Amino acid sequence: MLILTVNGKEHRVEVAPDTPLLWVLREQLRLTGTKYGCGQGLCGACTVQIDGRAERSCQIAAKDAAGKQIVTIEGLAADHPLKTAWIAEEVPQCGWCQPGQIMQAADLLSRNKKPTDADIDGAMSGNLCRCGTYPRIRRAIRRAAGGEGRTP
Amino acid sequence: MNGPVDLARRGFLKTGASLGAGLVIAFCLPLGGRAARAAEASGANPLPGIEPNAWLRIAPSGQVTILVAKSEMGQGVYTSMPMLIAEELEADWSRIRVEAAPVAPVYNHLIFGMQATGGSTSVATSWEQLRTVGAAARLMLVAAAAQQWQVPVSECLAEQGEVRHPPSGRRLGYGELAPTAENLPVPTPIRLKDPKDFRLIGRPLPRLDTPEKVDGSGRFGLDVTLPRMLTAVVARAPVFGGRVKSVQAEKARATPGVRVVAEVPTGVAVAADDFWTALKGREALAIEWDEGAGALLSSDGLRLRFAELAQQPGAVARRDGTPEEALAGAPRRLEAEYEVPFLAHATMEPLNCVVDLREEACDVWTGTQFQTADRDAAAAAAGLKPEQVRVHTMLLGGGFGRRANPHSDFVREAVQVAKAVKAPVKVVWTREDDMRGGYYRPLWYDRLAAGLDAAGRPVAWTHRIVGQSIMDGTLFASSIKNGIDPTSVEGAADLPYAIPNVMVELHSPKLAVPVQWWRSVGHSHTGFVVESFLDELASAAGEDPFFFRRRLLAGHPRHLGVLELAAKRAGWGEPLPKGQGRGIAVHASFGSFVAQVAEASVATDGRIRVHRVVCAVDCGRVVNPDTVKAQMEGGIVFGLSAALFGAVTLADGRVQQGNFDDYPILRIDETPQIEVHIVESTEKPTGVGEPGVPPIAAAVGNAVFAATGLRLRRLPMTREEVGAAKKTV
Repeated sequence: MLILTVNGKEHRVEVAPDTPLLWVLREQLRLTGTKYGCGQGLCGACTVQIDGRAERSCQIAAKDAAGKQIVTIEGLAADHPLKTAWIAEEVPQCGWCQPGQIMQAADLLSRNKKPTDADIDGAMSGNLCRCGTYPRIRRAIRRAAGGEGRTP
Repeated sequence: MNGPVDLARRGFLKTGASLGAGLVIAFCLPLGGRAARAAEASGANPLPGIEPNAWLRIAPSGQVTILVAKSEMGQGVYTSMPMLIAEELEADWSRIRVEAAPVAPVYNHLIFGMQATGGSTSVATSWEQLRTVGAAARLMLVAAAAQQWQVPVSECLAEQGEVRHPPSGRRLGYGELAPTAENLPVPTPIRLKDPKDFRLIGRPLPRLDTPEKVDGSGRFGLDVTLPRMLTAVVARAPVFGGRVKSVQAEKARATPGVRVVAEVPTGVAVAADDFWTALKGREALAIEWDEGAGALLSSDGLRLRFAELAQQPGAVARRDGTPEEALAGAPRRLEAEYEVPFLAHATMEPLNCVVDLREEACDVWTGTQFQTADRDAAAAAAGLKPEQVRVHTMLLGGGFGRRANPHSDFVREAVQVAKAVKAPVKVVWTREDDMRGGYYRPLWYDRLAAGLDAAGRPVAWTHRIVGQSIMDGTLFASSIKNGIDPTSVEGAADLPYAIPNVMVELHSPKLAVPVQWWRSVGHSHTGFVVESFLDELASAAGEDPFFFRRRLLAGHPRHLGVLELAAKRAGWGEPLPKGQGRGIAVHASFGSFVAQVAEASVATDGRIRVHRVVCAVDCGRVVNPDTVKAQMEGGIVFGLSAALFGAVTLADGRVQQGNFDDYPILRIDETPQIEVHIVESTEKPTGVGEPGVPPIAAAVGNAVFAATGLRLRRLPMTREEVGAAKKTV
């Protein structure tokens, strides 16, 4: 049995300890906002925050996440500037990658309050979107950072 | 929107089957039978499916639930379809919610004759149908109010979800009127609004599905869970057409948490308590495969075979004038060969399907573009009648054509697994399963020749296309006429340029590789080939590629409209930073016209960088301009992935790619600045989901040519391709 702290709540789960955190979140805890896209840490759809940093939950064994603070898209405040900005900029198309994009962007903004476009591109380049919402992701992050942010 | 799917959907289906009986709180217009027949008899509404009962429900609170028959895969139908109904209904947009429609004939696609989403046709085919539905419901609500107030209908008006009687100042909400309205006859004829009176259509309304996609609550197929459900993965043959020869399953069965290991027609299924356990169980299998002829396939071999075929005459798709003679007599001749590879759809949500199979019923939850076909396939696999199967359409984590499979591959297989497992089951495809599962955009090989007269005007154009038919062997095979699958030559046989002698021919070799439509279908290949070769002609004629196109498109005002708009907004002809080139392409597909100007450069290591893309689109009347822009942006990014990186290759019958490391798609730091401009139009609305894709590869290739003089005739335009092109200069 493992004890995981997710979105501020403790959960006891019975899983093989090497099960990736992603599947524990999705299957045991029914937090399906965290998405499976590649299983190899290549697409970012499964991004969550662990102790305040964006991590690929498909690459972390559940046992290694025990005792840490895990935050998923469901745990990000409803009025979080990124969620508001994502809605204002009409970012999502199919929507599958968006929770991961937002969790990655939250990591960026927690360390860099006024990212330039280059900062955004650098921080977000591991999060894939097949629908091509990248131009709007840039705009939404700039908006969440409190402005147009149209710096080079 | 996708809340408690199971109960809500089942509840609706029950009442839906009896058309109204039992829908106590719902607004259930009795249009299905009597009124529809009356409408048909009067000839007022010749479109099928004008049954408001099937499309909308009004709760006592006034909330309007619109059932959408089209699948939401990112293209915005969960907003555009409700907009069509709400416009004529005079609904309060803030009180609209959406639900996925069940499978029923009323929801059939008006062209395809089955419930389906594809071909960039949702708005085009729903444009009159759904506005008529909204108008019918509004007329009945107004009639109900007039009856209650004992006033003439002509004194009442509908607005923002209520009916008002201005002379007396009385008003009633739709929620209050619905119970009366549902017992009224449907007035005919139903007149639709003058477009100048539109309140919703034409406005960039926020998408209704955005909030649930931002907070993680939106429910996709992979998010469905049922009580007692097992999760399964399937070990499929390593080559197409392969079959299980023998299997050793003891170790898999001994894996803790694995519940069932069973052979199914596509391979060996391993069902377990959770996904990770199922995967471990699958890894423990030892399977010997009978690989068959599929093991002989290789991309290199196919290219050689296709190149040989391209030397021989094919089935004629178009013949104008005397192309052979004109070509032979032309003072200047050009020849070129173009190639594009197999491509995977690579939707971000890998394929998956949940099945609950019982004695006399079967429920299927999945993201599908092909509800009717999937229901029928599920029924056949389950040994049930189609009406015993219910398909619950979930949000699709991308479709791009993959989830419109004429063979219902992922649904049929899931039912077969459910049969073997004897429990509710979710079949999950890993990314690698999905990438190697076939149904690719075909590999194409094209041979072109053209003749220019002494003044540089093209006098002959011959185009020979070699590649698999996607329609062959499907329920759409009857569209193949005289050896021509129309989707193989679309965008080529309808070459719009004023060239007096034209020939387009086709070879359709049969291969074991499953192929299918992939966003923009045949245009995904012909847009690149035609617009690149035309650029070669412009260059040979010594003319600017924009002016060259403009002259040859004189009789095509909508092509010209987008071409000129894109060129103008891009600043065509203005200087660019050193090393950058500008390329232009224009292509019509799915009824729409798109031109794109790309600015690109090539780094010293051969990597292509696209800096900016300016896009102009004419898709007729626009329902939601922000959706049109989003679809153009998305089409450009999708097309750039194919132009720069995308290739599925075969060696010894095995697909050599498996995940995003060897099948890269465009990343945010590789994404150019994209500007989209929409041509104002009063023409009927046409497609936007696909038409943004076809021109982009050519626009980029033409920009590379402008920047470097290198002509890239093979996709993807990798560093290696750039290097190879340098050697041939």
